[in-house]
Amino acid sequence: MIEGIIVDGLIFSILALGVFISFRILDFPDLTVDGSFATGAAIVAICIINGLGIFIGIVLAFIGGAIAGVVTATIHNKLKVPNLLSGILVMTMLYSINIRILGGRANIALLRVDTIFTKVITLGGSIPREYALLLFMIIFVMVIKVLIDLFFRTDLGITMGALGNNEQMITTNGVNPETMKVIGLGLSNGLVALSGALLGQYQGFADAKLGQGMIVEGLAAVMLGEFLLRSNKIFYITLRVVLGAILYKGLMFFGRYYGYYINMTPSDLKMITSILVIVSLVIAKSQDSAGQRRKEQK
Amino acid sequence: MITLESISKVFHPGTVNENLAMDNVSLKVNPGDFITIVGSNGAGKTTLFNLISGSLFPSTGKVSIHDKDMTRIPEYRRAKFIGRIFQDPTLGTAANMSLEDNMVICSKKGFKGIKMSLNASKRKFFQEELKPLEMGLENRLKDNVGLLSGGQRQALTLLMTVLSRPDLLLLDEHTAALDPRNAQIVLDLTQQFITDYNLTAMMITHNMKHAIDYGNRLLMMDKGHIILDVSGEEKKRLTVDALVKKFHEIKKEEYATDEDLLVT
Repeated sequence: MIEGIIVDGLIFSILALGVFISFRILDFPDLTVDGSFATGAAIVAICIINGLGIFIGIVLAFIGGAIAGVVTATIHNKLKVPNLLSGILVMTMLYSINIRILGGRANIALLRVDTIFTKVITLGGSIPREYALLLFMIIFVMVIKVLIDLFFRTDLGITMGALGNNEQMITTNGVNPETMKVIGLGLSNGLVALSGALLGQYQGFADAKLGQGMIVEGLAAVMLGEFLLRSNKIFYITLRVVLGAILYKGLMFFGRYYGYYINMTPSDLKMITSILVIVSLVIAKSQDSAGQRRKEQK
Repeated sequence: MITLESISKVFHPGTVNENLAMDNVSLKVNPGDFITIVGSNGAGKTTLFNLISGSLFPSTGKVSIHDKDMTRIPEYRRAKFIGRIFQDPTLGTAANMSLEDNMVICSKKGFKGIKMSLNASKRKFFQEELKPLEMGLENRLKDNVGLLSGGQRQALTLLMTVLSRPDLLLLDEHTAALDPRNAQIVLDLTQQFITDYNLTAMMITHNMKHAIDYGNRLLMMDKGHIILDVSGEEKKRLTVDALVKKFHEIKKEEYATDEDLLVT
């Protein structure tokens, strides 16, 4: 059971990393996520069904998500649409596009076809199913995490890191902030779609509405993570996003299984998630102002 | 090296708020100039900087850098030639990032690729550069910039800006938000960097004494005009009293109080 929660959390953590890049690094509240998550699942499903192969499907899912992010950034940059609205516009567009990708249907089942997870179980041989999946997901997420860490240590990554902090500084140093937003949102939504591609295969179906509410869930994971570890080093910052995602899935699991004691139903979980985000925001804010006061008293 | 030809800038044209912020201004900045700029609030000093740096485009007129027409070139592309420091110390650095990361962003202007330039020798170089500030920052490379004081941040911003040896340094009242002691430290550093690296600079100040003590050329602005431009020997002979007198002579009108002009 615990392995299942962790696998769930690890798949979800890739989305959380994407949300972390848009919200925290770029300071761009990007709602494209709700659409691009389903896009990832849709692309990989259609690729598998049509025999293009799992690997190509996953790569195309990443690219598809990245394109969605680039479109959001471009609408914001060139048409001067506020960032929230450009995300909502693309998210809405993606709902139609996802149904098109799925061949005019709202969902596709991935039954009796090979997915990356059935392959892993076969490859694992005598290793129990859930441990094979767990091991695979740990390696998969670690590789992605390390790649992201490396990226944010390059000159380009460091510059992107300053964007959400201080856009004027980026401009004063001869970098076009618009280019940074295009690259950042592309990367972010690519990761989100990758996460969707994995979840679609894990649960065995792709649905055009798969992404509903994902942005808030991702945000909740990012914020939970921030309570776990405090650091300005990218290694710990991405690590805490992954841990936050697993913790979030754990909390939701307990909410689903033991919530009935307090008359809670699974449909209440979305509300709980939003409240979790609100509470995290309030706590973070009060910690901030407490820190400020301490600094002033010195 | 930087030439402004009959620049005008109108804000909100065609509305009741229409405001001529810059009225047919021409200016030639020579290499090696250190120009101080004074003028009352709303005189157009910051607008002048915005027009030079490209964060505003003029309504009419031409801006050239190194004899190339740059009138419509956006700010981030002009930034290769221009280093700018603002009054607000938080605008020059990224608070949530470490000192060394901040310095990476500034050590090379323009688009940055996927390469890791932050290594041991780069850190060593940053430490050497930080030492002359005498603020102990060379031992705090891993600290977030948000932990530094306003004076430290502004000194760091100054250092980071001159790190890329800009052709023109724009200083927009960069010591006005600091306490007098830190303001003096940052001003001394400014003078030192300008002399050491032979930089061309323009400095807006509300302090008449600073305007006279520093630089080789002085501009006085009023209502979108440059009403005084002195340099060389004439500038050296200027005193605060003479400057105020000159202001009245040119303006041919008495100010209610000199405080409009003399905010020190």
